[in-house]
Amino acid sequence: MNAPFHPEAISLDRLPVGTAARVESVDWAALDQGEATRLRQFGFDEGVTVEPLHLGPFGRDPIAIRVGRMTVAIRRKHAGAIGVTPIRK
Amino acid sequence: MNPLPLVAVAGNPNAGKSALFNALTGARQKVANYPGVTVERHSGRLTLADGRPAEMVDLPGSYSLEPASPDEAVTRDVLLGRQKGERQPDALIVVLDASNLDNHLRFCLQLIELGLPTIVALNMVDLAKRDGLELDSKVLERELGVPVIETVAVRRKGIAELAEALDDMLSAPFCGVHERVKSDLIHLQRRAREIASAAVISETPVRRWTHRLDTVLLHPVVGPMILAVIMFVMFQAVFAWSETPKSWIEDGVAWLSAQATNALPPGLFRSLIVDGAIAGVGAVVTFLPQILILFFFILLLEGTGYMVRAAFLMDRLMHSVGLSGRAFIPLLSSFACAVPGIMATRTIDDPKDRLTTILVAPLMTCSARLPVYTLIIAAFIPNRRLVWGVGLQGVVMFGLYLTGVCGALLAAYVLRRGVLKGGGGGFMMELPKYQWPPLKDVVIGLLTRCQIFLKRAGTIILGTTIILWALASVPQAGPGQKQSDVSIAGKIGRGIETVVRPIGFNQDISMALLPAMAAREVAVSAIATVYSIDSPDQQGGATKLSEHLQHRWSLATALAFLAWFVFAPQCISTIAVTRRETNGWKWPLFMVSYLFVLAYAFAGLTYWTAVALGL
Repeated sequence: MNAPFHPEAISLDRLPVGTAARVESVDWAALDQGEATRLRQFGFDEGVTVEPLHLGPFGRDPIAIRVGRMTVAIRRKHAGAIGVTPIRK
Repeated sequence: MNPLPLVAVAGNPNAGKSALFNALTGARQKVANYPGVTVERHSGRLTLADGRPAEMVDLPGSYSLEPASPDEAVTRDVLLGRQKGERQPDALIVVLDASNLDNHLRFCLQLIELGLPTIVALNMVDLAKRDGLELDSKVLERELGVPVIETVAVRRKGIAELAEALDDMLSAPFCGVHERVKSDLIHLQRRAREIASAAVISETPVRRWTHRLDTVLLHPVVGPMILAVIMFVMFQAVFAWSETPKSWIEDGVAWLSAQATNALPPGLFRSLIVDGAIAGVGAVVTFLPQILILFFFILLLEGTGYMVRAAFLMDRLMHSVGLSGRAFIPLLSSFACAVPGIMATRTIDDPKDRLTTILVAPLMTCSARLPVYTLIIAAFIPNRRLVWGVGLQGVVMFGLYLTGVCGALLAAYVLRRGVLKGGGGGFMMELPKYQWPPLKDVVIGLLTRCQIFLKRAGTIILGTTIILWALASVPQAGPGQKQSDVSIAGKIGRGIETVVRPIGFNQDISMALLPAMAAREVAVSAIATVYSIDSPDQQGGATKLSEHLQHRWSLATALAFLAWFVFAPQCISTIAVTRRETNGWKWPLFMVSYLFVLAYAFAGLTYWTAVALGL
């Protein structure tokens, strides 16, 4: 995985539930083409605010994430390709 | 004659597109397939303000014009006028979810770039308001450069205005689409966000309903428990709620049969009508209530948005056997029928995930197996109440469904480690807002299913029943002979019997297995026809049928028969749709053979165990 550019950045799969964060980088190369298209279609992009809302019951996978006004579910593996910085309230 | 003007409805999934389509066209809809692909074409008629008719087509929901699935490819090709079997639309309605503008506007911008006469329906403005979001549709109209109409499709709000705008649009001349749709996604997305924030008048943060519900329904412990309860209630209801309407239909069939017996002179023709047509088709039609109850639940779970939550809850477990949570929806639909289930696998992006799902889908107990299960259970399992509201028969039924599910998971596990090794795609799904589906949409869905079922009963089932009746009636038995011993069907049955005798099947079952290939529920009508011919003095029909069975089958045979039906790939439509979806005979043949082996083995195991236990 890409080292996140921002010093405080962590990968999205490690962001605690209920914490809003800003997307700093997406490691598009770690995803296959279809997955990358879907993530873009869901609105994952640098600068967007995201927030994990729910975790799957088994192995805390998949993760339901708020992106803008939409809620999407993605697997932990793919969330790992997204670098975010938590937004302090 | 010029064809009717064609209006296409496009938009993101979950924008309320189908509700808008239903509101504009009403119940008169046609469902067909686009040629060469298995994408459904939903079309309907619309009357414009000046009385002119127009045709309306509901395009598959897409996130953009860059297709990530066959459905999305159809949407793109129709809009560009490249889809086989479809003419270029004359106008386009783009449906937007008002509370999800940043995302939906991106696709909308892309669609407007095409240059088709376009109207935007800003849908679900009521839900947006509930979420504390107020929008200015005039700002949207200015920024997008096309008419924007606020709608609440499920309550028919804004529908008249939309029809009026459509009227104006179709009166104006139009000069072809631009093929140069080349603005890239990221650029469009940023523009979409700008427009969306410009259109917001006020935004009050409120605790959203959907989020509150999800904290419970997606709770790591409570969530799966609720899912299990919903599934259990669904299968109990299929049994419990259907009893009364079922007895009405049975009475009707018995009455019809008596009327025909009185009206017709005894002989071959009366036998054809009473024993063939009425007994055969009647036995199957009595299961209509159960099938409708099952579809009712599935439509409700889909319409409310819960189905996707179920996929979310199940993803990890499904992943462990090599499927994705996305497979949950096709597999659940397969409980109604494997054909739409297999077609629904098109939403699975990964080809190996998808193929695995197709191959195990027939293991989900489809509604056509219900008649068989119900008949055998009613005849052999005592109608005892275990605890309040839970009957033994319902539990056995649930057990049969569960066996199918476990069989499917096991088969998927083995397939993913054998012939379909590797791959393993992701799970990416939008979780739409919860909403109560309009009763009208549920009713339209049920009516469509009802129509399909009755059409099947009137064609395939009636046809096979008559053929079987003929085979079972000739040559006529002499005095002292049993008809089922002399007839052609009896001889074929005896041939099959030599193969299936080791697993406890008798000649009746053997005779029913072959016609059941046409459609599983034919097994019931086949058995009904055979008995009806064998004992002409008795009245046919399903009520008598279970008594016949009790006399002629042992409990071990009945259980083995049930086990067979859990696994047996007996349905030509399923095989045909698998061939179409996998583009060849390799996978359908593989599916048929592995399922037959499983069916034989499990029926055998059941029979031998039951015999050893002295049943």
